[in-house]
Amino acid sequence: MNFFIQILADVQAFTLLCLEALANLFRKPRYVKDTFSQMDLIGVGSVVIVILTGFFTGGVLALQSASSLKAFGAVNLTGQLVSLSLVKELGPVLTALMVAGRVGSGIASQLGSMLVTEQIDAMRALGTDPVKKLVTPRMVACTTMLPLLTVLADLFGLVGGWIVSFYTLQLNTSLYWSTALRSLDYNHALEGLVKPVVFGFIVGMVGCYFGLRTRGGTRGVGQSTTQAVVTASILVIVADFFLSKIILELR
Amino acid sequence: MSAIRFERVSKSYDSLPVLQDFSLEVREGETKVVLGGSGSGKSTLLKMVLGLIKPDSGRVYVHDQDITHLSERELMPIRKQIGMVFQESALFDSLTVGENVGYRLLEEGTRDLDDVEQVVRRLLGFVGLERAIDKMPSELSGGMRRRVAIARAMVGNPRIMLYDEPTAGLDPITGRTICDLMIELRDLQGVSSIFVTHDLKSALNLASELAVPGTDDEPVVFRPENDDFCLINTRFVILREGRILFEGFDEAMLESKDPYIQEFLT
Repeated sequence: MNFFIQILADVQAFTLLCLEALANLFRKPRYVKDTFSQMDLIGVGSVVIVILTGFFTGGVLALQSASSLKAFGAVNLTGQLVSLSLVKELGPVLTALMVAGRVGSGIASQLGSMLVTEQIDAMRALGTDPVKKLVTPRMVACTTMLPLLTVLADLFGLVGGWIVSFYTLQLNTSLYWSTALRSLDYNHALEGLVKPVVFGFIVGMVGCYFGLRTRGGTRGVGQSTTQAVVTASILVIVADFFLSKIILELR
Repeated sequence: MSAIRFERVSKSYDSLPVLQDFSLEVREGETKVVLGGSGSGKSTLLKMVLGLIKPDSGRVYVHDQDITHLSERELMPIRKQIGMVFQESALFDSLTVGENVGYRLLEEGTRDLDDVEQVVRRLLGFVGLERAIDKMPSELSGGMRRRVAIARAMVGNPRIMLYDEPTAGLDPITGRTICDLMIELRDLQGVSSIFVTHDLKSALNLASELAVPGTDDEPVVFRPENDDFCLINTRFVILREGRILFEGFDEAMLESKDPYIQEFLT
């Protein structure tokens, strides 16, 4: 019974933290400099891992799909399959998972360390609201940077798919790109951009939540970091299912 | 008028009582030295003064204003009147010493950075660390970090200072330097304070010396208590299991026959 009460208490505390972080967008002071600094750390800092993830995912998609498509004599549609899979599903989800691993853990460990060394208490004692100063800038940075990182992952995924199609499947370049781009419409692009906004919010807020509820010194910081990554990854996958369902229903 | 007042305050963590029916008053310009074993609620009572921790029952007053149930936003103006030196200094490790000391002013939106630097240099000069302004906290020794924490707590000339074991783990000379700073703030600036400590030597120093203005060569002179005068602005409080076991002057504490106090003092 205690386990369920604990989960309910966590959900309540997480919801309240999210609401407070969102409400802070409309309250002064606004930490614009901190927000840009977080955007740099989260966005620019994740570019390399996102490009590598996108590139090799696109490559492996082309490789695997071609063998199935060959059975139906439809290897020409490899570009379409790669682009639709990447833009609608794999690009947003894999980017979010990579960012959860790199950024979510970083946020949780940084805030956790600040908490156990009483820096958060010192901040409050000096008249600063830690949610406003630490949580809201990270939430904004994650929510705005993840869609941009996803676009990068999609782009390099298509390039990876093209390289595999061209060199190993001997597929014509113009055929690959024309099927890849023609299959995408406005709704697909929108779906591919709405998901990362939600995922970015989840990664940022889960990292902050677990960081701020750290207990028990450096060991606690390690636990918070692990919990943040695991919870954010699960929530991203669960949210992906529900978002896909909602978007399909709305069409 | 009292600077701080606890009225029948109780606090438990996971059903383990830390403070029980605790009442204490710190008058304007007075220092209360709080002694007690680990887990006796010393740090908790300091955090209650800032509203960082709420009591389960009872009331906390700062300058006769009830702060017990104030929200974080309502507490902000109260916190501006209070400076706190945390147990492990709690300096912001990603900011320089200068940025740490000037943090409150920068957060309040003081636009003139020259003004901020002037205040920071003056306060760092007070704690004898003006040269460390551009250093990172990790480059400082433990004693230097505590002195920076005192400088940071002094921004805005707070009328109340809270010290959470500021001399713990320091060598006697550095401990003495920090003690002198506390005496100066108490006697020359009339700051009310609570000094939580295990360090009996520093506590007895604080209760037996008076700071008076000196000459240009020696701006502050420390006069030890003697037959001519007796310090009455510093009292001791000994906590045991969340309750006050003793409250009074150092002389009475040293003469106490209570076995716990005797054991504590030896």
